[in-house]
Amino acid sequence: MLEFIIDRYNYWIFIILMMMGLYIVISRGNLVKKIIGLNVFQTSVFIFYISIGKVTGGTAPILLGGYGGGHGDDHGADHGAGHSVADKAYDADHGDGASHAGEHGESLHDGLGVNPVDVGSVAASATDDADKVVNDLHHVNRPANETLSAPADKPGFDTHKDPADHAEAAVGYGADSAHAVTEILYSNPLPHVLILTAIVVGVATTSVGLALAVRIREAYGTIEEDELEADDNIAEFGSETEAAK
Amino acid sequence: MSLLSQIPVLPIVIPLVAAPLAILLPNGRAPWAWATFVAWATFACCIALLMSVLANGTISYELGDWAPPLGIEYRIDLANAIVLTLVSGIASAVIPFAYESVRQEVDLRQTSNFYGALLICMTGLLGVTITGDAFNVFVFLEISSLATYGLIALGARADRRALTASFNYLVMGTIGATFFVIGVGLLYQATGTLNMADLHERLSGQDNRVVQAGFAFILVGVGLKLAMFPMHLWMPNAYAYAPSAVSAFIAATATKVAVYVLIRFLYTVFGLDFAFLQSAFTYVLLPLGVIGMFGASIVAVFQDDVKRMLAYSSVGQIGYILLGLSLGTQDGLAASLVHVVNHGLMKGALFMSVACVVYRLGSHQSGAFEGLARRMPFTAGAFIVAGLSLVGVPLTVGFISKWYLLSAAFDSGNAWIAFLIVASSLVAVVYVGRIIELMLLRPVPETGPYSDNVKDAPLSMLIPMWVLVIANVYFGLRIDFTGGLAEKAAAALTMAGAGS
Repeated sequence: MLEFIIDRYNYWIFIILMMMGLYIVISRGNLVKKIIGLNVFQTSVFIFYISIGKVTGGTAPILLGGYGGGHGDDHGADHGAGHSVADKAYDADHGDGASHAGEHGESLHDGLGVNPVDVGSVAASATDDADKVVNDLHHVNRPANETLSAPADKPGFDTHKDPADHAEAAVGYGADSAHAVTEILYSNPLPHVLILTAIVVGVATTSVGLALAVRIREAYGTIEEDELEADDNIAEFGSETEAAK
Repeated sequence: MSLLSQIPVLPIVIPLVAAPLAILLPNGRAPWAWATFVAWATFACCIALLMSVLANGTISYELGDWAPPLGIEYRIDLANAIVLTLVSGIASAVIPFAYESVRQEVDLRQTSNFYGALLICMTGLLGVTITGDAFNVFVFLEISSLATYGLIALGARADRRALTASFNYLVMGTIGATFFVIGVGLLYQATGTLNMADLHERLSGQDNRVVQAGFAFILVGVGLKLAMFPMHLWMPNAYAYAPSAVSAFIAATATKVAVYVLIRFLYTVFGLDFAFLQSAFTYVLLPLGVIGMFGASIVAVFQDDVKRMLAYSSVGQIGYILLGLSLGTQDGLAASLVHVVNHGLMKGALFMSVACVVYRLGSHQSGAFEGLARRMPFTAGAFIVAGLSLVGVPLTVGFISKWYLLSAAFDSGNAWIAFLIVASSLVAVVYVGRIIELMLLRPVPETGPYSDNVKDAPLSMLIPMWVLVIANVYFGLRIDFTGGLAEKAAAALTMAGAGS
């Protein structure tokens, strides 16, 4: 139990920060403190996103120099690598990544993925799928293998879905693709990109909020919520005196 | 690559590129003329899109040619084509209308910024509607919200409470948006995709706590944005103290777009076979919708400030929409979609007529409406027609909405819901009737702040306002437009939602 909690310490940080942020927003009367609380709240979500993008043992999602070398010469250098990363980004971390990986490689060609079927049958057909992918477009064979190998490496992070099923699937795939384990493992870059966007949004929100606080200070001479309310005489339902106007 | 094939992206690109240009223009008339032109161009694109969807079915546009599950996809089916047309249509009526109103209410030095922000707000709303990518929804939601915070705060020139209203909206809106992102993150964790169609496929059959938590976060987050009953506290002040033209625009569009997001997530992403959905309908949306319908409408009766009254009425009207949704039937969904459009039309017209009163008399207190029918007959007439539409009198769009809602309620076997809808309409009669009584039966005040001898509003305000009023009546008679389209859209949504 304790191990279960400690293993997921990043999620606990996320939850604690989130609650602290929300609490500051609700409890503080000072508008600037409210905005900072809001910022803490948003930042906690960034940590959450970055956590779900992390693959145990994975390195930063930046192409390493020797990437194309180890795997064979038939990779069209840049093009193949680009494909690998994009593909992997898409699949590497999700909980039941294993059960989708095979289909997903295929779905790149068909445009639409197949409905997830039960784990067993996927396991059975996984190698077929992988072969097919290889035949269709052999740039993709590498990511397919890699993606399959990813869950085997990080059972601790597969917190969702049915753990038992999942472990089984992971083991199956691990065996299938054991040869690929030694290759470079990347963390999922997509959450990072999303969070870059969210950081921009967060900065914009904070700055608009602080600018409003400045304007409120100019108009009222205070940024304490109680005093503002007293100034305006705003009861929740309608204002009692219009004297403020 | 002809321009024609790029039409799906134009409703975003045109206002997005035009907004910074508007800010560069000299203050005064130029940014207004530019914004009007841009809104009309966008409206034309949206109509073209609607026609094209009607003729050829769903359009999928791949941004930057990246194929959908990986790249961002703009996916336009009938439901969002309708909302797109509504948003750009309201914008192209409100922006021409805004000129006189803004000239009076907003500092001349801020006019460029005002129209720039208005265009960005419109971009955000259209983007939320058009996109087929869950994270993209968040980004556009925040684009529109940030612009809205600024626009509301511009009302501070008339009343400094606009600043606190904007601040509160900012805090609540950001919490809502962040909840939404957490929900999307959980869904991403469970599925590894952000594309809505792809999400639906991968979510089908999944019913674990990650997905349920994601669902709850999204529901609460979007609920804050759409002012679902207990989460509506930001709304009355924000609408009341914003510049009149801004109130008219956001009241008619912002919450409707949030409702659309909710519909999209409930039906397209989670789908009707998501087991959690039915209990959310029965235990969350239905009761909150009913409480909103009555609670907010009753509060509206006691408001002295007409804009606040209309804002509370909006909360009540959103109650109807949620009620229609919570029936979980195709008819209920159609009723909700019809009401989304119709409520946009009537609230737009109502807030515009209040803006005319503010323009002439400088106040939106109910006192200013005394004897209005004698002083400003066209403005009063617009308020009366749109107000009757809000109540749901036959020959107006409001009646169509109520009709759809009632028949959906009866069909689902819940006659008591139909009874509640009628009962809460009676509350609407009270608050609308109160203002109509002031306008028609009271004499023009001889003394006091509202005794100035005023003419009716200028033509540049009357014409766009009456366009919306006539739309209220016209779509009340031509049911096949709103009703027929909404039915088709609902059918498509439930089909997709059932994972056929």
